[in-house]
Amino acid sequence: MNIQKIKQDSQLTLALEGRLDTVTAPALEACLNENIAGITALTFDLTGLEYISSAGLRVLLSAQKRMAPQGPMTVKHVNETIQEIFDVTGFSDFLHIE
Amino acid sequence: MNDIHEITVDAVLENIPAVTDWVNDLLEQADCPMKAQLQLDVAIDELFSNIARYAYAPQTGKATLRLALLQQPAGVALTFIDQGKPYDPLAKVDPDVTLSAEERAIGGLGIFLVKKTMDDMTYARQEDSNVLTITKLF
Repeated sequence: MNIQKIKQDSQLTLALEGRLDTVTAPALEACLNENIAGITALTFDLTGLEYISSAGLRVLLSAQKRMAPQGPMTVKHVNETIQEIFDVTGFSDFLHIE
Repeated sequence: MNDIHEITVDAVLENIPAVTDWVNDLLEQADCPMKAQLQLDVAIDELFSNIARYAYAPQTGKATLRLALLQQPAGVALTFIDQGKPYDPLAKVDPDVTLSAEERAIGGLGIFLVKKTMDDMTYARQEDSNVLTITKLF
């Protein structure tokens, strides 16, 4: 998985490419740990993401919890497979998906 | 006549990409639709990582994947076999997926996700082996 970071002032976009799974989720978690402090708007751009497993869902949930007091978190450009994963796990109910 | 393939590897997380590629190659030859393939890839991540983390802990061991291409109806049956501790993932209670982000525990979604995206999932303890089969129809 590739993570592209785009930071403008306190707004951070992370564009993910490839697979967000057991093997790659720790890299995203580390990236968030390094960059989330002081961020007031966090966006995940999933244009290039093929799929997400529960290991990736855990990282998104953790990001959502950390962003709650800081500002909005948005997930963009979700493919059909990933949308279905968000739907069956109930993540669609609390993620802001654009 | 079913078309059966098998691979045995060390049950370690580092082997997830290799077994995923192995399955994807066979699925592509079988004209598996992309969506079914991605769902199977997620299932491999969930099930193989469980074996790698828990089956033999704190030791390590082997995991076998057996892939059977099905005709009438077309599909695939993927079986995960390990000789670790007896573990039936289907015995686990499903997580509450109606909870808000704040109320959620981190984890517990993997097996649930597999159950929801596959057409069938069965477990058997056969002699000294855990035998878990998922079936996805195309």
